[in-house]
Amino acid sequence: MELSEHLFRHEAGRMVATLTRIFGVHNLGLAEDVVQEAFCRALEIWKFRGVPENPSAWLMTTAKNRALDVLRRERTARAFAPELTRQLESEWTLLPTIEEEFAAAAVKDDELRMMFSCCGPRLSEEAQVALILHILCGFSVDEIASAFVSSHAAVEKRITRSKKVLAGSRKLFDISGVEDFARRLPAVQRALYLLFNEGYHSASQEKAVRVELCHEAIRLTLMLLKNPLGAAPSTYALAALMSLNAARLPARLDVSGNLTALAEQDRSHFDQSLAEDGLRLLERAATGPELTDYHVEAAIAWVHTSAQRTEDTDWATIVSLYDKLIAIRPSPVVALNRAIAIAQRDGPKRGLDEIHAIQDLERLANYPFYHAALGEFELRKGNHKAAQDHFKLAFSLARNSMERQFLNQRVNACEQGEGVA
Amino acid sequence: MNEFVFLYRGGQAGRSPEQAQQVMQKWMAWFKELAESGHVKDRGQPLERSGKLVAGKRKTVTDGPFAEAKDVVGGYTLILAKDLNEAAELSKGCPILEFDGQVEVRPVMKLNM
Repeated sequence: MELSEHLFRHEAGRMVATLTRIFGVHNLGLAEDVVQEAFCRALEIWKFRGVPENPSAWLMTTAKNRALDVLRRERTARAFAPELTRQLESEWTLLPTIEEEFAAAAVKDDELRMMFSCCGPRLSEEAQVALILHILCGFSVDEIASAFVSSHAAVEKRITRSKKVLAGSRKLFDISGVEDFARRLPAVQRALYLLFNEGYHSASQEKAVRVELCHEAIRLTLMLLKNPLGAAPSTYALAALMSLNAARLPARLDVSGNLTALAEQDRSHFDQSLAEDGLRLLERAATGPELTDYHVEAAIAWVHTSAQRTEDTDWATIVSLYDKLIAIRPSPVVALNRAIAIAQRDGPKRGLDEIHAIQDLERLANYPFYHAALGEFELRKGNHKAAQDHFKLAFSLARNSMERQFLNQRVNACEQGEGVA
Repeated sequence: MNEFVFLYRGGQAGRSPEQAQQVMQKWMAWFKELAESGHVKDRGQPLERSGKLVAGKRKTVTDGPFAEAKDVVGGYTLILAKDLNEAAELSKGCPILEFDGQVEVRPVMKLNM
């Protein structure tokens, strides 16, 4: 019996979610301890006896038995989930209650409940993403720190503090309330969107790490889609945008995990099945009156993905989509991307005009890709010296080694008088 | 072929789920390799880390074992090898060694009767 990839991580998320549901959110730490014990036990036993037929079920049963021990031993001394207190009190109701809580359908709801609980208004967006990664995706502090190219201490502090906030909330989010669900949904979508971006734009040099984060975001978004209330058109759009962008990820990074300029991306490396998933999801997103930024971003990703060659990209459509995106979510970075699309459509001079017309342009002053865009435009106009100065400035603002390497290549490209990117 | 016992000690550090899975996969690969080359007589059993210690003429029973966590035997395997050197060589592939654990290699005593 082979273990499927990331089985332990995913099971950790499921087990913590279910145990927290039973123990109560204030006992999050206890739930984590029980999960840790279940893994230790699995390791000890499976080494000698081999991996069982159904490893997920084995782990869940182990967690369940351990939970029963804890509940029996501590039910007088410790308060568990307030909504289950009565059922857990007597031996008559304890067992059937626990069996019910560990049933497959209940566990699915537990994961969703935990996802919504992690996205409460008392937690910053950064904290929400970190909590989701830690609790639901089963990443350790070290693993998150390495993905974020952040120090162990910084991530640990953030997670410890966020867990305290979560454990301090009176109870887990109630996903059965239609209105509450709808009100919390945008925050959940946003956290998943940020989680995806964290992977897509991760500073980590490890390609695998980035791909993994993107896949986690997709997995959790698909989980959200399985819930009737979660399956809103905006969630479909979010899932579409993730799939379509993830389809391009293998081409976006070269073999050594470096950023590749759009024109140099080898389209034969696009993940076709992800692209097809994305298109299907995008079609399902196209219902209802609401046009969200996820819809527009997914459409942009689709135009990029569907072009056979970079030269074939339908820039006119992309420009019009950016117009829509700016109307929904105005930001200097979106405006910059719009200017780049205009330059692709109408040439570098128009691109420069658009950049100069950006409101709040000063907010881009420290953004390396603002200067890189200026560099590309100048380079295409044939102003090698001016282009190089922009790229040098961009290089000096680079936030990680991957960006530094990419921008250094652009600086050198000006030297050789090479073409456009 | 002669019989040997591998006693596994320690090597039980707290790990992330992903690391735990990797450790598991290493053990599976190692046992597979040993089995395929005909060196496994019995894959053996894991032992609980808790237990009792019964000692002396007065048969005092205490909660044991007293060994520190890193010295507690967590399980054993019966191995077939040409001699002690080969058995020791085989033990070098054990994943426990990567996690601060030890393998004690002991020949099973032969009875020449």
